Formats: sequence, C-alpha cells, structure tokens
Amino acid sequence: MEIDNAKEKDLQKKLRRESLKRNWKLFSQSKLGMIGLGIVSLFLILALLQPFLFLTGIWSESIYHPVVGYDQIIEEKLVVECPKEYPTPKYETSFDCPAEGEVQKKMLYLAQGVEVGDMYDVYLQPAPPSSKHILGTDSLGRDVFSQIMEGSQVAFVLGLLSATLGVGISTILGTIAAFFGGRIDAYLMRQSDLVLMLPTLPLLFIISAFAELKIWHLAVVLGVLGGLGGSVITIKSQALQVKVKPFVDSARITGGSQRKIMFSHVLPNVAPLALLFMVFSVTGAIASESVLSFLGLLNIDMSWGLMIYLSQTDGFIFSGLEYWWLILPAGLSVTFLAGGFYLVGRGLDDVFNPRLRKR
Amino acid sequence: MSKDILVVDNLNMHYETLEGKVMAVNNVTFSVKEGESFGLVGESGCGKSSVASTLLQLQSDNAVISSGSIKLDEKELVGMTESELRKVRWNDISIVFQGAMNAWNPVIKIGEQIREAIREHYPSNSKKENTEKISELFKIVGLEDSIMDRYPHELSGGMKQRAVIALALSCDPKIVIADEPTTALDVVIQDQILKEIKKVQELLGLSLIYISHDIAVIAEMTDNMAVMYAGSIVEKGPTASIFSNPRHAYTRLLLESTPSVVGEKKKLRALDGEPPSLINGLDACAFSPRCPDPSDDCKNGNLEMKLIEIEDGHWADQCCVNCG
Amino acid sequence: MDNVIEVNNLVKNFDVSKGFFSRNKTIVKAVDGISFSIPKGESLGLVGQSGCGKTTTARALCLLDPKTSGDVKFYNPEADEMQNLDNLNDDQVKQFRRNTQMIFQDPYESLNPRWTIKDIILEPLNIHNIGSLENRTEAVVEILKTVGLTPPENYLPRYPHELSGGQRQRVSIARSLIMNPKFVICDEPTSMLDVSIRISIMDLMLDLAKDLQVSYLYITHDLAVARYMCNRIAVMFNGKIVEIAKTEDLLSNPIHPYTKRLISSIPVPDPKYTREKYEINFDELDEIISNNTDNLPMVDVGNEHFVATHDVKDLLI
Repeated sequence: MEIDNAKEKDLQKKLRRESLKRNWKLFSQSKLGMIGLGIVSLFLILALLQPFLFLTGIWSESIYHPVVGYDQIIEEKLVVECPKEYPTPKYETSFDCPAEGEVQKKMLYLAQGVEVGDMYDVYLQPAPPSSKHILGTDSLGRDVFSQIMEGSQVAFVLGLLSATLGVGISTILGTIAAFFGGRIDAYLMRQSDLVLMLPTLPLLFIISAFAELKIWHLAVVLGVLGGLGGSVITIKSQALQVKVKPFVDSARITGGSQRKIMFSHVLPNVAPLALLFMVFSVTGAIASESVLSFLGLLNIDMSWGLMIYLSQTDGFIFSGLEYWWLILPAGLSVTFLAGGFYLVGRGLDDVFNPRLRKR
Repeated sequence: MSKDILVVDNLNMHYETLEGKVMAVNNVTFSVKEGESFGLVGESGCGKSSVASTLLQLQSDNAVISSGSIKLDEKELVGMTESELRKVRWNDISIVFQGAMNAWNPVIKIGEQIREAIREHYPSNSKKENTEKISELFKIVGLEDSIMDRYPHELSGGMKQRAVIALALSCDPKIVIADEPTTALDVVIQDQILKEIKKVQELLGLSLIYISHDIAVIAEMTDNMAVMYAGSIVEKGPTASIFSNPRHAYTRLLLESTPSVVGEKKKLRALDGEPPSLINGLDACAFSPRCPDPSDDCKNGNLEMKLIEIEDGHWADQCCVNCG
Repeated sequence: MDNVIEVNNLVKNFDVSKGFFSRNKTIVKAVDGISFSIPKGESLGLVGQSGCGKTTTARALCLLDPKTSGDVKFYNPEADEMQNLDNLNDDQVKQFRRNTQMIFQDPYESLNPRWTIKDIILEPLNIHNIGSLENRTEAVVEILKTVGLTPPENYLPRYPHELSGGQRQRVSIARSLIMNPKFVICDEPTSMLDVSIRISIMDLMLDLAKDLQVSYLYITHDLAVARYMCNRIAVMFNGKIVEIAKTEDLLSNPIHPYTKRLISSIPVPDPKYTREKYEINFDELDEIISNNTDNLPMVDVGNEHFVATHDVKDLLI
C-alpha cells in the first residue's frame, strides 16, 4: 500500500501539471484572452510595485505618498506685467503673455515686495511630467503615478471582493432554486427580477446619501446587488441541466442526501460558469466605483475616480490637454483595467466550454 | 460485366490539428460497380465516415487530401473546384448522413426542402414537374404524398428517415452513400427501412455504399465489403467470402465478438485495449498491439501495411494474414 | 422461492395535461401494470424498443421516481426476508440503497466530471459509513483490480474525461458493485460502447454476477445482447410485458406476435442465412397496439413461459 500511495501522489502531481499546461495552452490560443491577461498583469504589477518601492526605500513616502505626499517643485520665473494692447514688440498676442519662464505680477497677490523684473520662485502645482515624477503631480503636489498605483490597488480589492461575494451568493441561490424548485424557486426568481429592474447607479446614490460609503461598504453593496440579480437565473438554468445528468441519479441511487448532492455534485459543475461571471462582474465593479468617486459620493482616500473628481473640482477638467496628466491616466486606467478583465473572461470562455463538451 | 461507377485509388486524407496531423484515411483503395452494394465496416474512429465525407468533398476546413484519386464514372473528383463539385454532388453522388433525420430545417416543409435540392440541379423544371417527381420518390420509399406539406416535427423517426432517402435520390444520382442511416431507429423500423433501400436499389439500378459498425446489417445488405481499422482497409472482398473465410485478425475478432439471436450460443471473443491514436500516422501494422497472437514480424513492425490477394477478389493486409 | 425482487402490477403514469385549468387530464401510461420476479443469482433481460417503458420501470424500481401503484418486494439480506417498497423509513431506504444499484447507459455522463475516480468509487462507502477510512481505500484498490483497471494507482487520481468509454463503464461497474448489492439494474450499459469492447464489459459483468451472487435486471433493445447476458427474457411493448420466458425458449419458440415480429426484424451476421419468416397475425398486433388492453392475463404455456393474451388457442396455432 505504501508503494501505491507514493506512486499515486506522483501521478497526481504529474496530472495536475499536465492539466494546467493544457488549460494554459487553450487559454493562450485566445488572442483576446492573452491581451486581457497582459493588461491585468500590468496593473497588478503596478498595484504591487508601490508598497515595494516604499518598503525598499526607493521612494520616500514623504514625497511619493499618493495621499499625503508632497513635493515642492519650484521654478524660478521672471515677474512681468502683461500689456493691455497687442501686438507689442515682445508679445504677438495675448496668449503669448506670460511666456515660458514668466509669471504675471497680479497672480502673485500673496507675495509681498515683488516687482516687475524680479526673479520669483513659483510653486509649480500641478507640475507636468518630469524625470522625478513620471506622470507629474496634482494640484496638491502629490505624485500622479503613485496615485495611479494606489488606484490600481483599490480597483483590484474592490473588484475581486465584490465579484467573489456576488458570485458566491448567486451560485448558492441558483443551485438552491434549481434543486428545490416549487415555491423557493418562484420566490428567488421574482427576487432576481426585482433586482434586475433596479438601476444600480441611482440605487448607489441613494445608499450613499444615507450611509457613509467606504470602499469595503461599496464592495459589499455591489457584491450583494450583483449576487441577487440576473446571474441567479443563468446559474439556475445551468444547475438544472446538471441536475438531470445520470451521475446525479447515480448519486441518489447510492444514497446521497439532497444537501450532499447539491453541494458536492451539482455545485462544482456550475462553478466554471460562475467563475466566468465573476470575471465579468469585476468590470462593472471598477466602473461603478469610478462613477461614484467622480460624483464625490465615496468616502475614500484615493482612487482613479477620485483623481478625476479632484481635477474637476479644481477646475482643470476643462483645460483641454494643458493639464492632461490629471485626467488621462486615471480615465484610461479605468477603461483599460475594466476592459482587460472582460477580455480575460472571453479567453476563459474558450477554456471552459470545450471542457464541457469534451468526449 | 458491369462497369465501375466509383474507383477510389490510394486515397490519403488527414486533418490538420493543433496536436499534429490526424491521418484519418490511409491508402484506401476500392471500387464499386454499377448496381452493386458495397459495405464499409469498422468501429468509431476507424475512418469510415471520413471516407464518406471525402468522397463528396464535404469535409471540415482542416481536412487535406494529400494524395490519391476518386473517379466517379471516370470523372476525377480530387482537384475539382467547388463549383464543379456542386454539379457533381447530389446529381451523381449523394449521401444519407448519420442522424440525417435531424438535419431537416424545422421551419420549412419537407416537400419544399426537397424541391430546393432539385431546383439546384434542374433549375428549368416547373414546380409541377418537381412535385410529381417528389411524389414518385415518396412512392418508392413508402411515404404518402401528404407528407410533402408537413413539417419535420410532425413526422416520426422512421418517416423522417425515409424522407431523407427520398432527398438523397431526388436528383437521380448514380451512387448513394448511406452512413449509418438506421442507428437511432428501432429494430423493427430499421428492418423496414433496409428493405426499402434494397427495393429502391433494385428498381433504379443504383449503386450503394453502406457504412456501418453493425456487421449483421452489412452481411444482409451488401455484395462486397471492406473492413477498416485505424484509417486503413485491413480486409476487403465479396461479403460471403469474408464471412466464411475471414483472414485478418481484426475481421475475425469483429465477427467473433458479435452476439447473435440465432445459432448456437457460443462464447464470444473480447478485444482488449483501445484503437490507436491517428496523430502523425502509424508505421507498420496498426492492429498488432491488440492482435491476440502476433508474429515476430508484426511485433517488430517489420511489415508495412499492404493488401495481398488471398483468393479471387478477396484481399487482406499482409501482416495479419499469416498469424492469429 | 428465493427471489431477489418481486414486481406485481407495477404502474407508472405521467400527467402531461397542460395548464392549471385543463379539464381533460392527459395521462401517459408509461408502465401499465407489469409483473415479474427474479430468483437469486439469475438475470432477467427486459427487451423493448425505445418508448416502451423499460427505463421508466428501472427508475421506479430504484426509487428515483415514485411509482403510481403496484406491489414491489425486494430481498433484504439483513433481515433475511422480503420487504415491501412502500412506506419505508429513512433507515430502510438506506438499507435498500445498499442492496440495489444501477449501471447507466452513457459512460460520458454517468460519472461526475469534477471528481476523481478514487472519489467516485469511494462515495458509496462514505455515504454508508462502511469500514474505516483505510479499509475503504483498500476496497477501492481491490475493486479496480477486479474490474480490470490495473495498475490501480494509475487510475485513482484521474478524472473521467481522461479515460475511454470502456474504462469509464468499468468505473461505473466498480462503483455499483463495491457495496456488494444483490440486485443491479443495468440500463443498456454497452450500447454506447464500441462493438469490440462490448464483449469484454459483458463478460466482466457475467463473471462478477457469478462471483458476487448478483442478480441483474438487464435492460436493452438488442435481443442478441439479452441472450448473451440473461437466463430469462421479458419482452416489453407499449408499457406492458407481452411475453416472458427462458432465453432459448423465447428465441426458438416465440408465441406473441410482437415477439415474433421483433425476432424476425433482427439482422443476422451471416450473409447466407435467411431469416425465419414467422406467420405474424398483423391484425392481432394492430389490435393490441390500438386497444386499451388493461390487465391482460399472462397465460402459462408451460416451461415457465408466459404470454399476455386473451385467447391462448389462437396464438398457439
């Protein structure tokens, strides 16, 4: 028997490896899936990079912390006073004044004793990208790149938490509905219909009016809403298909209890579909967070949505491309990460479906 | 001496897959005469359905005919363009697929679907002419005219199958391939359909290629036959000759592993193992791993697969002729 | 009379009336009053075409679907007596399940694709708490060897999709027989397997029947297979058993017109053989099909050969 065990464990390991290799091969054939995986991996690296940089001291927290960091960037500028009429020998149009390296006297109303012709140290906030700050700083002197990384952490935590919760709930409810049928099923279906009817975003607005929403709260709310919604119906139909398969009959004939059959036999076969849902619902979670933050409804220190919110309240959002680093990185991050998860879901589809059809 | 309607010579076909080339048809050679009934027997994965789809050039996209020729009434089919093939299909050679009764479009009436096929080849026919033709076909297969106006779901399995046969005959082909046409049917209905097919064949002087895994059906329906294993023909010849004197070990095992309702109840022989993987082809005898009593040459893979004539018209692969 | 199961007038109806308010209830009589018994150590073949009610019978006998009416007694080895299938409490149902198992037709769908072979075969032992954990694994290894899946270590950690159809059926057989049941219902276990593999599976089942003293109710549409596997054969048609007899007697001396029709339709693997052309009274056959023949008596024509008929004299001519 001992020989048996050792050989068996070896074989088990070997089979796991082979199975992983095969699944990887299948997944890697899907171009969309691979692109998605690349994007998600990139953001994951960003999320993990930030604490790494802080811990190893490469970045000093006082300067680079996304919320409380502050970098004083000073540039010496010539104080000028812009003429009222153009053109003049120095300036062609009003847009040319002040020129690069110049600052208007009237902007320095807080300073004392400053005259035209002096060189003045101006605090450059928000600062454009430089070698010290790859994506520049925001209006409070905080490093934008660091903020993007922080936002990445928030997105992952929020996305995965709400997705896991949602999928957990919908899988269990869907399986129960399929298994017990009758009144329980009818109730669960009506509940799903109701939740489907409710528009998510306005509901979140209302909730945030009553309660202070932190990121964890948002994750739970999104998870529960997602879990009670349409995915229950889809998982139920999948569970129904599994329920009539001969191996479930076989389990009943062997003497298994209802509960055991439901959880040990039906649930594992519904899981692949549920996993697929999970990946797709991360997309929705990330998008919802950014909208809520943008509207200032979330109690959160830093996220991509918040970055855009701040740039809006500071008035930079309509500055066109002049302060692009305050808006584009955050906006593109939301789009790309959400899209990346979606593409991963598409790739996973290819892995799971042939397996189900495999003969 | 009636002439050869179909001559297949050294046909080789493989599927391009991610794991390599799946050599589905290896050096298959056989011929079918006018009015003759030819059987192709083998188990799942032996290549018989691949042969069928290759004859009509209806295989999937990743199928490649690497060499060989298919001459239908002296017309070479390999290398024809799609438009040339379309003229040949159904007009000269047609097929009754496996599970064909499920191949009906559920929202179009039966008669209309058959008319569609006829119109493809005889565009100048009037509707009345086509309807009359279908009526004649239905009479041959034992269906009432009213079936023409019914939808597929209104017919039973047996009726749908008869309609499929009518469809296959609709353009007066010279040869019809029947790929397991009665698998899903009850034995009583199967019997009726088989009798129907025989009757049609005699009436129209049709050639028939009958593909099945059921050797009992092949025994009753065919004049000549070939046994396929792992993509190659291992034995071929007149049906009576093969049944009375099977020379290849696989043929013998097939015959000895089929229980029968008549005759003495004898102990049957089992076959161990699984059919080989067809990826990247096989050298030497494909059957030797499962042969109950292989010779040394077989085991060492010295002999390559080649059919030799044992008696008049009866060929078997040289490997398994000399052992077991 | 040592029987392993006695079935008396088993009826299973399905209510297919549509909607809440339909007045006319449409009832499909899937199994319309069948009776048979199987002595210990013997096997009965239930032969019929698709839709005749044989699978419904199997499911009713396994307590998968509740029967509509009828008397079913099964042998309970613990109590050494025949026990009625009605009104069993939970413990008795569990006892029943230890002794009655089923082998399914589809090797691809009858094993849970997410479980390993080891877990699949272990499950019955786990559910019924048989033996210690160590003993259970040993039992699994033993039965794998018995069904020909050697070396067992090669199969224990694998998943069903890694095995062939024939191997999967062997796993099904192992799982069904690991608790040593006395009665196993086999629902066409070889019809989806390759022809050359069928015999090895059937031989395995015959050997196990002898060694473990198991009785089979072997359901099939193929009379030739029933002949190979069973001592007696019951022919089922339209929810009723029309004829039941010892295997060779049925095949050489069929009496009911449906049986005659069935036998005469079967192709024979011998090109020189001309099939027996039975004198079939098609009118009688049609009458049976169209009539609502409730409770047609089974007439004993000797040698344990029973035929469902109104008038014996007519049929014996």
